[in-house]
Amino acid sequence: MSESTKSNHTSFLEYKGKYRGILGWILSTDHKRIGLLYLYTMLVFFSVAAILGLLMKIQLIAPGHTIMGPATYNAMFTMHGIIMIFIIVVPGLPAVFGNFFLPLMIGAKDVAFPKLNLASWWIYVIGILIVLTSQFLGDGPPDTGWTFYAPYSFQTPANIVPALVGAFVLGFSSILTGINFVVTIHRLRTPGMTWFKMPLFPWTLYATAWIQILATPVIGITLLLTVMERTLGVGIFDPALGGDPILYQHLFWIYSHPAVYIMILPGLGVISEIIPVFSRKRIFGYKAIVLSSLAIAFVGYFVWGHHMFTSGMSGRALFAFSFLTFLVAIPSAVKVFNWVATMYKGSLIFQTPFFWAVSFIFVFMIGGFSGLTLGSLATNVHLHDTHFVVAHFHFIVFGGTGFSFLAAIHYWFPKMFGRMFDASWANIGWVVFFAGFLTLYLPMFSLGIMGMPRRYYDYLPEFHAANILSSLGAMLMIAGAMIIIVNLVRSARYGKKTNEKNPWGGKTLEWQADTPPTLENWEEIPEVTEKPYEY
Amino acid sequence: MSQEKSHISSYQSHVFVLLALLALTAISVAVTTLELGRLDTLVAMLIAATKAAIVLVWFMHLKFDNKLYAIFTVLVLVVFLLVLYVTFFDYSYR
Repeated sequence: MSESTKSNHTSFLEYKGKYRGILGWILSTDHKRIGLLYLYTMLVFFSVAAILGLLMKIQLIAPGHTIMGPATYNAMFTMHGIIMIFIIVVPGLPAVFGNFFLPLMIGAKDVAFPKLNLASWWIYVIGILIVLTSQFLGDGPPDTGWTFYAPYSFQTPANIVPALVGAFVLGFSSILTGINFVVTIHRLRTPGMTWFKMPLFPWTLYATAWIQILATPVIGITLLLTVMERTLGVGIFDPALGGDPILYQHLFWIYSHPAVYIMILPGLGVISEIIPVFSRKRIFGYKAIVLSSLAIAFVGYFVWGHHMFTSGMSGRALFAFSFLTFLVAIPSAVKVFNWVATMYKGSLIFQTPFFWAVSFIFVFMIGGFSGLTLGSLATNVHLHDTHFVVAHFHFIVFGGTGFSFLAAIHYWFPKMFGRMFDASWANIGWVVFFAGFLTLYLPMFSLGIMGMPRRYYDYLPEFHAANILSSLGAMLMIAGAMIIIVNLVRSARYGKKTNEKNPWGGKTLEWQADTPPTLENWEEIPEVTEKPYEY
Repeated sequence: MSQEKSHISSYQSHVFVLLALLALTAISVAVTTLELGRLDTLVAMLIAATKAAIVLVWFMHLKFDNKLYAIFTVLVLVVFLLVLYVTFFDYSYR
């Protein structure tokens, strides 16, 4: 058998190319292996950041010094934020599932630029290493929070520059992935797959890729300007030198709010894949979901000012940003209505991916509504920089991206690894995690309304009861996460083998490929004749 | 996907781009010697934008490629201008 024929029939997990062992993975240009490289890297750093989060919650279980002092607490929430945002949730779904499934879902053999794709992962790893050096070099770990706000970020003696440079480098990885996905979707769709026959996950990856390309350079420039401000004193953000610290906030949030949509949009795509499959029903309002994804990506560019309502912006700008924030809620709500309408009178199949999908809708709705509370000018003044913001943020970013990530990994697990996960443990993990999540974050809403500020290692005695509940919730959620991770890792290694191409009865192209897929995905490029989700 | 015909630029075209960029760089340096007051930034930005346009249109082939690329470029510029406008909505009324 010739080498190329062999590669057509061997699973990508077993294929032996030019390099063997670990080199066969870290030098592979196969989109599926690169997706898994991102997954494994993220798993390691998610565990680190989750432990930091748990330690913070243990500190907050009682007022005063419990297990750490204020300086350590500041460093902990900074590192927790930097890892979770820049290393986990921003690359998150596109890097793992976008890389793995975009070519499969559009009938391509790989992404448009496979070598660039591998370079993106390497740049990502280099960025992580640079960020990590900030912990061990210089005058102590960063203590600014993941937002690096001016003027503190160039006044603190802590080791800020490597963290800024690391985040800058990570941005390049994001931009290159975005470029790769835009070109892949434009150029490599299989014959017959017109734009409106493309599944919804690739559509959300497309909208996300444009944000990655257009918004990420802004944060890159901003971080570099902060490095220059810190090292050269150029006077752009420093008021003592004639600079404007609010300009930093503008530039930071011009990226970082669209970045929330980088995190969320692919999650919305995942849920749009799962709901019709487990409802055995065509998705309700396919075009409305597509257009709402593009609308979220577009309007999402112009709402950044709602992070700055108390910063001293002009009154007219406050009004404009509040109005635009309410506007972006509309396309988000369109999706929720469509998912519910899809489930209505469907033949619901209660399996783990579906549980994650419906619980996603629940937490995403709470996150969305609390976002409107913060988007209102009057309530924002009271709630700004309180635990209410922490709760809202985690309901959207962890509830949104995290739940959809877990929905995605359970949905696509058999295709990725050629094995089934243990459904009983997966469901137990979901129940424990979901209960822990709500117990951890719901009390934060009331703590915020009562006036407990965020980012303090200590608090007044009246906040004690809700903090105990929240800390116990954190422990429960970590227990749930451990059950899920152990079950998935164990199942990937020892789970029941399956070669079944389509275990869930999906209608999109990836379910026509071999399980696990071969090196170039298809023996023959598939042709698409009908829309996706035709049940 | 069908293969599109690609335009091959002539050496003259590349030389034109190079000379135009050098001339505009010289002009932007020369302009700094004039006292234009509030117009300083505007003139510098206009020269820079002209340079960027020359690079995009001729050197990067927007003029000759599929019009889709030009449409996307314009859309990106519109987003960029809107972001600038919204930012200065704060500064103008502060």
